[in-house]
Amino acid sequence: MNETELVKVLSSIVLQASPLMIAVCGETISERVGVVNLSLDGTMLLAAMTGFVSAYLSDSVFVGFAAAAVVGALFATIVAFGSIKLRKDQFAIGFVLTLLGDKLSAYLGQNFTRIPGPHVAHWGIPLLKNIPVLGPIFFDHDPLVYFAFILVLTTWWWLFQSQAGLRLRSAGERPEAGFARGVNINRLRYLYTIIGGSLVGIAGAAYSLDIKLGWAEGSTRGLGWIALAIVIFGGWSPIRGAIGAMLFGASKALAAVLQRRYPEVSLVAFNTLPWLLMLAVLLLVSSDITDRLLIIVPIRFRQQFRQALRVRPPAALGQPFTAGESGED
Amino acid sequence: MTWRNLLRTVWPTVPIVSALIITGLFLSAFGVSPGEGFSAMLRGAFGDVNKVLNVTAFWVPLALASTGLVLAFTAGLWNIGIEGQIILGAISASWIALKFDFPEPWQIIFQLLAAMIAGALWAGITGVLKTRGKVHEIFGGLALNNLAIILTNYLISGPWQPPEGGTFRGTEPFQDKAILPLFADSRLSILSIALLVIAVISVYLLLRGTSWGLKLKALGKNPRSAFLLGVSSERELLLALMLCGALAGLGGAIRVTSWFDSLRQSISGGIGYLSLLVVMLSNFRVALTPFIAYFFSAVLNGSITLQLRTQLHSSLGGILTGVMVLLVLLLGDIKTLNFLPKRMTKESTDE
Repeated sequence: MNETELVKVLSSIVLQASPLMIAVCGETISERVGVVNLSLDGTMLLAAMTGFVSAYLSDSVFVGFAAAAVVGALFATIVAFGSIKLRKDQFAIGFVLTLLGDKLSAYLGQNFTRIPGPHVAHWGIPLLKNIPVLGPIFFDHDPLVYFAFILVLTTWWWLFQSQAGLRLRSAGERPEAGFARGVNINRLRYLYTIIGGSLVGIAGAAYSLDIKLGWAEGSTRGLGWIALAIVIFGGWSPIRGAIGAMLFGASKALAAVLQRRYPEVSLVAFNTLPWLLMLAVLLLVSSDITDRLLIIVPIRFRQQFRQALRVRPPAALGQPFTAGESGED
Repeated sequence: MTWRNLLRTVWPTVPIVSALIITGLFLSAFGVSPGEGFSAMLRGAFGDVNKVLNVTAFWVPLALASTGLVLAFTAGLWNIGIEGQIILGAISASWIALKFDFPEPWQIIFQLLAAMIAGALWAGITGVLKTRGKVHEIFGGLALNNLAIILTNYLISGPWQPPEGGTFRGTEPFQDKAILPLFADSRLSILSIALLVIAVISVYLLLRGTSWGLKLKALGKNPRSAFLLGVSSERELLLALMLCGALAGLGGAIRVTSWFDSLRQSISGGIGYLSLLVVMLSNFRVALTPFIAYFFSAVLNGSITLQLRTQLHSSLGGILTGVMVLLVLLLGDIKTLNFLPKRMTKESTDE
């Protein structure tokens, strides 16, 4: 492999990772405020279908992305309403929506499969795209890729640097404390779960309008679950999540390269890679084994290493919140 | 009876009727009248004896998986990995069927046993990942599901490929004695129904009448206090998951040795994910699961006939069941609907 090929591979990793980065940001926001939206896989399928069909019928990718965002917001609203207002199991609602989104996308999209349609146009950033190596990798894509990167940075800044982000995180970490300081916990949870859901919808449409062009039944199946795992791997931080998304993209690119290099090795070995990787990284960030292995690290650096590897979910993740004794009404 | 009591009595039918209406709208949106669509589904499920036998044959493994899932749910575990446990059961039964030659009754017995062991072990991996690795069972199970699918595809296209090769995505048909004794010309085996009955009764008794069942319930309701009371959570969780996996594996074996006669590409047909819906709709009561599973089986087989008749995608059946479970989950219990006026939902005192 020479330099041109390597740059090409890296550039494709960035492109492939961009929808995942958007979905991971959306789910990170939702989980940081305390709501697990487990429906990602179904949301993305339905949004990918809706986005493509809307863009096809209106001949405008903007309409496609808007429709996909509405689908994502709608599913997130169901999760939020069911868990916040009705106090039902978030996982159960999310899981049913996962299956329902899958079936709805297959049914509603049945007359639009495997046809060409509009897609996001390529637009390299002038000047920046001419930078050697970095230019083609990061700045010679389409606007969606830039949107993903801007979104990651904005989300990070919003969560960890702004006052609003402090209130957001308080709802997911210690809602009683936030409430005592005048934060309307449940309103925040609705708001951010719905924003997160619409981002997940946009991520779904990013596949059908940018990465995998067009709609076919089950086209993004599995990717929603990957995004959910990356949120954990990312330790509920958008930047770490983005790195996780790119690692996933890299593992797929690596599989493709290795497969061309060693055609005698069965395709199976490469197909298992993303799932084995998922298990491995989840073990790495959450099991006690990591702690035990850290003994080999000199004691001075152990704390930093531990922080870099282990993650901790928001303390009140998935727990309904009721202010005081009297209930919400 | 006051109108309030009347409302509370008829309320449970509201989500179900709403789900039917919503599905009817999806039918009309694609130019099929709801009456025509539903009657096509009904005829597809129960139109003649063969259709009923087909629905019943599809039902058995689904009900087996659902029965096992009740155990996992009781322990508070989200065994999404059940899909993979069904597949591993199917693979192991196929392995014995293709590669071994035992005398008459033993062939089938060993196939079923191998399937149960494989399902239990596959579930055990999810369990150990959870108890030792702190990986949530949803993610562990999901990764293992996908690995199981990849393993099936590998076996079919590699070592277990039929000698003539060909485009057919499955192994060659099993030897005759490896197939369960079938009822007439159908794909239904009486033996599998007997196994299902045994499984349902055992799980029912296990949860109702044993201290182990009680421990499991305590774990599911409140893992922390159960731990403080001395219930060793790891052993109970693993056992619950592995029993669930064993029943799922048995379901997988029944899929390959009666519904099909070989290992196929999508061998489970999604019954693992479907069984999760069944158990949710039953509100985790094992006595209800077989009936709900039968309804699901009828809807699914009916929607395949609908597709043949009207060219509409058969996922409509999945929409009907999915919407129904969602609405029952959200709105099924009127007492929890705190957005309604209090006087509508609270217990009536004036008899």
